[in-house]
Amino acid sequence: MSKDDQILEEFASKEYEHGWTVDFEADSAPPGLNEDIVRFISAKKEEPEWLLEWRLNAYRNWRKMAEPKWANVHYPKPEFEDIIYYSAPKPKDKPKSLDEVDPEMRKTFERLGISLTEQKRLTGVAVDAVMDSVSVGTTFKKQLGELGIIFCSFSEAVKEHPELVKKYIGSVVPSNDNFYAALNSAVFSDGSFCYIPKGVRCPVELSTYFRINAANTGQFERTLIVAEDDSYVSYLEGCTAPMRDENQLHAAVVEIYAAKNAEVKYSTVQNWYPGDKNGKGGIYNFVTKRGICAGDYAKIAWTQVETGSAVTWKYPSCILKGDYSQGEFYSVAVTNNMQQADTGTKMIHIGKNTKSRIVSKGVSGGKSQNSYRGLVEIHKRAENSRNFSQCDSLLMGDKCGAHTFPYIEIKNSSAQVEHEATTSKIGEDQIFYCQQRGIDEESAVALIVNGYCKEVLNNLPMEFAVEAQKLLALTLEGSVG
Amino acid sequence: MLSIKDLHASIEGKEILKGINLEVKPGEVHAIMGPNGSGKSTLASVLAGREDYTVDSGEITFNGKDLLELEADERAKEGVFLAFQYPIEIPGVTTTNFMKTALNKIREYKGLEPLDAVSFLGQMKEKMKLVEIDQSLLSRSLNEGFSGGEKKRNEIFQMAMLEPTLAVLDETDSGLDIDALRIVANGVNKLKNDDNATIVVTHYQRLLDYIVPDFVHVLFDGKIVKTGGKELAHQLEEKGYDWIKEEAGVA
Repeated sequence: MSKDDQILEEFASKEYEHGWTVDFEADSAPPGLNEDIVRFISAKKEEPEWLLEWRLNAYRNWRKMAEPKWANVHYPKPEFEDIIYYSAPKPKDKPKSLDEVDPEMRKTFERLGISLTEQKRLTGVAVDAVMDSVSVGTTFKKQLGELGIIFCSFSEAVKEHPELVKKYIGSVVPSNDNFYAALNSAVFSDGSFCYIPKGVRCPVELSTYFRINAANTGQFERTLIVAEDDSYVSYLEGCTAPMRDENQLHAAVVEIYAAKNAEVKYSTVQNWYPGDKNGKGGIYNFVTKRGICAGDYAKIAWTQVETGSAVTWKYPSCILKGDYSQGEFYSVAVTNNMQQADTGTKMIHIGKNTKSRIVSKGVSGGKSQNSYRGLVEIHKRAENSRNFSQCDSLLMGDKCGAHTFPYIEIKNSSAQVEHEATTSKIGEDQIFYCQQRGIDEESAVALIVNGYCKEVLNNLPMEFAVEAQKLLALTLEGSVG
Repeated sequence: MLSIKDLHASIEGKEILKGINLEVKPGEVHAIMGPNGSGKSTLASVLAGREDYTVDSGEITFNGKDLLELEADERAKEGVFLAFQYPIEIPGVTTTNFMKTALNKIREYKGLEPLDAVSFLGQMKEKMKLVEIDQSLLSRSLNEGFSGGEKKRNEIFQMAMLEPTLAVLDETDSGLDIDALRIVANGVNKLKNDDNATIVVTHYQRLLDYIVPDFVHVLFDGKIVKTGGKELAHQLEEKGYDWIKEEAGVA
C-alpha cells in the first residue's frame, strides 16, 4: 500500500469524529416529520434561534400545503411519514469496495473516464476524503479568501456569516413558496453558500466539486449565491457521473441574488440515478431554483443539462426586477427508458427594458415523457421588455412523448415576445448518412443529438461541455428503435 | 473487387431488383443508366446497406468479403462510399466535425491512431482545392441551407477525404448547372487511380462526357439488359430508352 493510500485508509476508518454526534445519543431521527424533528435537526447543527424559528415557520406552512399535481409526471406519492429527515452518515452501510458496486454503473464510470478515487466518492464507498480535492480545495480557498469571496458549506456559513445568511435566506424563494420548497426550508440538511463582494470578479469557476464537505449534503440540499454590485461569478453544480443515493426523494432549493450590474452564471449537470430499464428505484428530483436580478443591469444565466432522475420537476427562474436586467435559460433535458421530466423556466419581467432568452432542447427516447413548461410574464411597468423563447423537442423511436406548455402573460403593450417551437424525429436518413461515412449507429445518434443541443452546450464551461457531450451519448444508448 | 451475383432485392414486399449481375475490377469506371423506376437508386442503396431494402437472394462480394453480412458503417469502413442523390442535413454538426468523426472511426477500424489536428486540417485544405469548395461552407452545419450544387460538391469533398476503394455516385449530376457539373466531374477524375473503382448511376448521358466510363450498363425493370462501351451512352442519348425495351422484349 502506498503512503497516500495508507493516509486515505486511516482517514476513512475514523468514522466521522467531527461534529456529528456531540450531545445526542441517537444519530438519526425517527421516521416522520413534526416540530420536534425540526428542533432536533436544528439542535444537531447547533443553529441559532432565528434559524430554528425560520425552519419551524416553514414547517407550519408546509403542513397546510398540498403536493402540486399540475406537472405532467406520474409517480406514487412519497410517504412523507416514512422518511427519516435526519440521519448521520453510517459508513457501515456503504459498499466496502468498488466490487460491491453495480457493474453497469462501473462500466459507465470507466467510459466517462472517471478516476478510481472519484468513483469511490460517487458510489459512496467508505472513503470520504478525496486527497486530491482536499489539497486543491485548500489552496483554492486561500486564493478566494484574499478577494473576500466566501465559498463554504451552508452549515459553515450559518456559523461564520450568520448576518449574511439571515439577510438573504428565503429572500428569493420564500419558505412558503411551494410544497417542496417549504419542506426543504423546514428540514434542509446542508448545501453551499457563495458570496461575491462588491466589484469582485471571481477568477475561477466555482464548483461544488472542490468543496470537501459537499459529499454528504443529503436529500434536502440548499444553495445560496449572493453577488454584490458589479461582481461576477460562474458557478458549477453537479457531476456528469451517475450519482446513486438511498434517498428516493430529493427536494433542493437554490437561491441567487444579483445586485446592481452583477452577473451570475449557474451551470448544472444533473445525472441522478434514473432507475433501471423499468423505472424501478430511480430518484425523484423536485427542485426549486430561482434567481433575482435585484439591481439595474444585473444578469443571471441558467444552463442545465438534465439526464438523470426517474422524475424531474424543475424550473430555474429569473425575476427581472432591476431595469435593464437580463435573464437567460439554456436547457437540455434528456429522458430515456421510463424517465419523466417536466422542466422549464419562468421569466418574470418587472423592471423596464428587461430582456430574457429561453433555449430549451428536449430529447426523448425509450418510453420516456419529456415536457417543457415555461412562463413569460411581463408586468405592467416593464416598459420595452423583450423575450425570445425557442423550445425544440427531438423524439427517438415511437414510444416516447414530448410536450410543450408555454404560458405568456403580458400586461404592458410595449413588450416584444417571440416564441418558436419545433418537434422533430431523429431521422433514419440522418443515421444512415452517418453510417455510410463509417460512423456506427450509437455514435451517429450521439453526433446528431450533440449537434441538436449545440446552442446550449456552448454555454457550458469548456471542460463541463466535453463531459456533457460524452454523457449525452451514454444516456441515449439503445434509445432508438 | 466487386462481384454481384443474381441479386434480388425488394422494398415493402415489392421486388425491385430481379437478378443483377455485375463485375467491377480496380481502375474501372462503370456507368449504370436506365429510365426512371428501373432500380438504379435501389442498387446503389443496397450496395451501401440501407435497411429499408430486403435482399431476397443473390450475393455481393467486395474484396473477398461478403458485403451483405456487414452493417452499413462496416461497409463504409471497408471502403464503400455512396455519394447521395439527396444529401442529408444534420443541424449543429459542421462538415469539418463530421469528417473528423468519420475519418477517425475508419482509422480506428483499420487499427490506426486518430489523426492529429494539424494533419487533419492539412488534409482538409488539400481536398478542398480538389472540389473548389470554400472553407466557410465546411464550418457550417452539414448541408443545412446549402444549394443543390454545394451539397453535391460537399459529397465529392467527403469522398476525397475518405478515399474509398469503391465510390458509388447516385445521380450526382441531377440539379447541377454545367459549371458545377464540371467541377464535380473533375474532382472525381482526379481521385481515380488503378486501385479504386467508380460506379456512376445516372439518368442522362451528359455526366459521362466528363467522367468517361469503361462500361455502360442499361438497367431496365430490375435487370441489366444491355452492356457496352461508352458509345452505348451516346446511343441512349440519341434514341432514348424505348429501343432497349423492345430489344429486351418487354415493351
